[in-house]
Amino acid sequence: MNAAPTDTVQHESIYSGSIASWLTTVDHKRIGVMYGATALLYFIVGGVEALIIRLQLAAPEGAVVGADAYNQLFTMHGTTMVFLVLMPLAAAMFNFLIPLMVGARDVAFPRLNAFSFWTWFFGAILLNLAFFVNQAPDAGWFGYANLTSKQYNPGLGIDFWVLSLQIMGIASIASGVNFTVTALNMRAPGMSLMRMPLFVWMALIVQILMLLAFPAITVGLIFLLFDRFFDTNFYVAAAGGTPVLWQHLFWIFGHPEVYILILPSFGIVSEILPTFSRKPLFGAPFVIFSGILIGFLGFGVWSHHMFTTGLGPIADTAFSLGTMLIAIPTGVKIFNWIGTLWGGHIVMRTPLYFAVGMVALFIVGGLSGIMHASAPIDLQQHDSYFVVAHLHYVFFGGTVFGLLAGVCYWWPKVTGRMLGEGLGKLSFWVMFLGMNLTFFPMHFLGLDGMARRIYTYPAGAGWEQWNLMATVGAFVLTLGVLLFYVNLVRSLRSGEAATPDPWDGATLEWSMSSPPPEYNFAVIPTVNSARPLWLHKYGPTRDISTHTREDGTPPQPDHPVERIELPSPSHWPLVAAAGLTLAGGGTMVGLLPVLAGVAVLVVAVYWWAFQPLERPGNPIFEPARGTE
Amino acid sequence: MEPRSPQPRSISSGRGLCSAVALLVLGGSLAACGLADVPDWSTIQPASDLSRSIQDVYKTVWFWTAGIFVVVELLLVYAIIRYRRRPGDSGVPDQVHGFTALEIAWTLVPAAILFFIAIPTVRTIFEVQQKPPADRIEIAVIGHQWWWEFEYPDLGIVTANELHLPVGRTANLALASADVIHSFWVPRLGGKRDLNPGSENKLWFTPDSVGVFIGQCAELCGTSHANMRLKVFVETADSFDAWVEQQRRPAVQDSVGLQAFLSSGCAACHAIAGTPAQAKIGPDLTKFGSRSTIASGLLANEPDQLAAWLRDPESIKPGVRMPNLNLSEERIASLVAYLRSLR
Amino acid sequence: MSTHATTFGVPHRKMAMWVFIGSECMFFGSLIATYLSYKGKSVVGPTPAEILNIPLTSVSTFVLLMSSLAMVLALDAVQRDDTRQAKIWIGGVIVLGGIFLAGQVYEFSHFYHEGLTLQQNLFGSTFFVLTGFHGAHVTVGVIWMATLLVMAFRGRLGPERSLDVEVAGLYWHFVDVVWIVIFTVVYLIQ
Repeated sequence: MNAAPTDTVQHESIYSGSIASWLTTVDHKRIGVMYGATALLYFIVGGVEALIIRLQLAAPEGAVVGADAYNQLFTMHGTTMVFLVLMPLAAAMFNFLIPLMVGARDVAFPRLNAFSFWTWFFGAILLNLAFFVNQAPDAGWFGYANLTSKQYNPGLGIDFWVLSLQIMGIASIASGVNFTVTALNMRAPGMSLMRMPLFVWMALIVQILMLLAFPAITVGLIFLLFDRFFDTNFYVAAAGGTPVLWQHLFWIFGHPEVYILILPSFGIVSEILPTFSRKPLFGAPFVIFSGILIGFLGFGVWSHHMFTTGLGPIADTAFSLGTMLIAIPTGVKIFNWIGTLWGGHIVMRTPLYFAVGMVALFIVGGLSGIMHASAPIDLQQHDSYFVVAHLHYVFFGGTVFGLLAGVCYWWPKVTGRMLGEGLGKLSFWVMFLGMNLTFFPMHFLGLDGMARRIYTYPAGAGWEQWNLMATVGAFVLTLGVLLFYVNLVRSLRSGEAATPDPWDGATLEWSMSSPPPEYNFAVIPTVNSARPLWLHKYGPTRDISTHTREDGTPPQPDHPVERIELPSPSHWPLVAAAGLTLAGGGTMVGLLPVLAGVAVLVVAVYWWAFQPLERPGNPIFEPARGTE
Repeated sequence: MEPRSPQPRSISSGRGLCSAVALLVLGGSLAACGLADVPDWSTIQPASDLSRSIQDVYKTVWFWTAGIFVVVELLLVYAIIRYRRRPGDSGVPDQVHGFTALEIAWTLVPAAILFFIAIPTVRTIFEVQQKPPADRIEIAVIGHQWWWEFEYPDLGIVTANELHLPVGRTANLALASADVIHSFWVPRLGGKRDLNPGSENKLWFTPDSVGVFIGQCAELCGTSHANMRLKVFVETADSFDAWVEQQRRPAVQDSVGLQAFLSSGCAACHAIAGTPAQAKIGPDLTKFGSRSTIASGLLANEPDQLAAWLRDPESIKPGVRMPNLNLSEERIASLVAYLRSLR
Repeated sequence: MSTHATTFGVPHRKMAMWVFIGSECMFFGSLIATYLSYKGKSVVGPTPAEILNIPLTSVSTFVLLMSSLAMVLALDAVQRDDTRQAKIWIGGVIVLGGIFLAGQVYEFSHFYHEGLTLQQNLFGSTFFVLTGFHGAHVTVGVIWMATLLVMAFRGRLGPERSLDVEVAGLYWHFVDVVWIVIFTVVYLIQ
């Protein structure tokens, strides 16, 4: 209890405290944990949706669900996995890690950060509320006009989908601004851009992609809302408009979105492979610039999703060649990862398994992507199961394995406890097997002519055995995911305590206790290398890139050595997010809830704007007695 | 090549494995596998110039990507096995930061490989979208939720869900939609092309094998998207001419049956040439009896199946626009007899 | 929270506004691209040539441009700690922005009576949504300025808060520049 301050860590767990303390927190670590926990819950929701889909397709003429329910399931599966699982799970890591990795005590705008989380949180709930009025959206996660028009989709499902995507889009823009400024403008002294950790680099590119990509879908959704609510003509062919406009706007967002989903994994793998190879990342500048190039080119290739739309041979050629170009920087990354492993002393721990699994599986998705980058081939593969196989190798093999590698890698830092190695490796192998069993046969289904998004198929087309195999695989995959979750829960209950630096890491987050103190850094570190902690531990002699200073960045002291003042908790971000969601969701009900929501939003924003960050009662940490 | 009947077919479990092995070992050259039983939906069993062109590009890309796959995955696995930490590796390995020559190499080599993929890609893009040959048959394809309307403007024929084409002659399709976006896809005859409301798309191909080929709408178009199938009968010139002849011959009208048709409300949506029924909402039924399937390929055109369809269309094609008219069994029987006589 | 200087020496909020403006460029870019791609595609009238009143809109464009000048002077006054001038120029921004908005309201209601509604044709849909969202941005700006004005009257807008005005000014100038583009694309290039 009241032990001497010198021989105990003076802070209690950063996670203890009332529920109210979670609702009002502006601590990037707690917000990161909330993102992660919510995303892992939605991973179960999206997974159950996928399992029902696979059960329906296990045999011809499946009767598990009907046509409409099936359309709702794959729409919600896609929307959930993209917006409620992969993006927020990446956001969890951005939140928790970017300040720690750049040497900052919080993000640039802590309350805006809380607002982003709650806005996303309420938007996600709004989307899933559609199930409870039995009108889940059913036009696919890509929601092609004019199937989404009032005429062809009169129910509330599309409204839920549009409004929740708009609301979550606001959250994405807000966090995009926040993390861009944090990564660019809050780096510790000495951390030049080229010394910034690869994960932060990829996160920064993701933020910029979000900032530039989301406005396109926002505009597309505004048109759709106006068409549905005010009878405008944006996607109405009879009025001279075209539904193809939606396809352009959606994919100008949608293709960068693919990189928004995969680049975090690239960043994670670029952290894990060096740590466990006990070497620096091979060709780090090339990995960084190829990431930038992927993000840049990602804006110029949207119409490769539209080769069957009929844009003509010139456009097909331009978008085919542009898409193929992206293979080059992507290949550069993969070769550099192999170069990192090459000549290392590879420590075979669970995070490395997932990271290498990510590389191995992503290669498959990348290569099948080159196939349908070729417009003529895409005429056959588009909207067939071949594309379903491709995208799951990219998103499950690439993104999910990468993110889970990150979960395993930073779990000790976040929770202060180690994961079980045996269970971790077992979950990896079961997932790896299940993943390939589920998705590899889909290549054959696509080549055998099975279209996507069909709730039923006839017997005798030669699809039975592949579908059955995929369904069996889906259950193996589920078992693997469950084992992974069991590992997490067991670790929280009885995991071995984690040291500050369990993996012998190189970056700043390993220089402090696990979990970190509320203020992150007792002393803002000075950084002389891309691997500041490694340089401190092993010296410059082995580190041929750094000839400047004698020593790197030492581990953090246990106690603050200066007075540290942190921003106060605030409930206004939560209230503002609630008002925004009420105003948005209220449009389905009537004017009153909209006005009420706007009023709440305005009041909250003003209170927030005029509430000082530093005010009486905010957390203050004084240098502990007995220390310097 | 012999015409093959599309359905029914026994499930051959070996075929899948065989095609998997063929894909992995022989690449796109599945034909070399000597399969007797070719799936009629296959994208890699070309039966037209268009699908052959696509197949050629696919083979090229397949070999390159398969080669890259093997090399890169082997490198990865080798690195993991060779460089795992062993007892005694207590120190720190050489801290190699990179090697610029290698970076340049693995930028240029993929670029060179892409060059070999890009050439046939671009050539084929232009080849399959150039002007179709002069000797061609024009067909207007109109997508509806959830059936296909086919019109031969030069022959004066309107039909639904079953397309008849002469072998060796180019079919030039003008694709349009009556409601939402659909996509025309008959895998063995070529790639897909969308049917967009408000604008016309083109797709042409020259079937080179006689046979029956199955297709499916490939763009999500609502509840019964999965049930929007079609059949293409590629026939010899003689059989095709005979079919045209038959389609253009006025059907002998059975006045009792026609009366049942008109008084049941069918004429509110359907047309039968030469009768007062002239509505354009549902499929044209003028030559209904000559089709092999009904309900966009879901049922065989047999009396019991047609009766089941008339009894409750919704139970067969969810969301279908055709209402359940609560017809009496007697009425259904006379409608079945009448419709099947339309040939 | 500024326990150490920012990496680029730019305040976080200022950088954030620049970043946000980048995002807004894509927003208005998408709206303008849609307007252009649908230009001349309406199947019924009224057409832009029949209904757009260039002289009137030129005046309101000039008014909005002048508001940017007022904004510059307001920031300068705040930085010089000249409260009186600050109040005048912030008030000027509000008045000029208000005149622009009033012009837009007049224009919209005039068009509505001439038969150009949101639903009438593609021109109506794209025009009202594009200029309407711009007008919404101006409205947010005016409310923001009004807030600053209240702060000034309460004596809470000294030079130490000049960043507040600077960030608001960045936003205001951006909204202004967007209007120049919209005016050119919609009104001048028919």
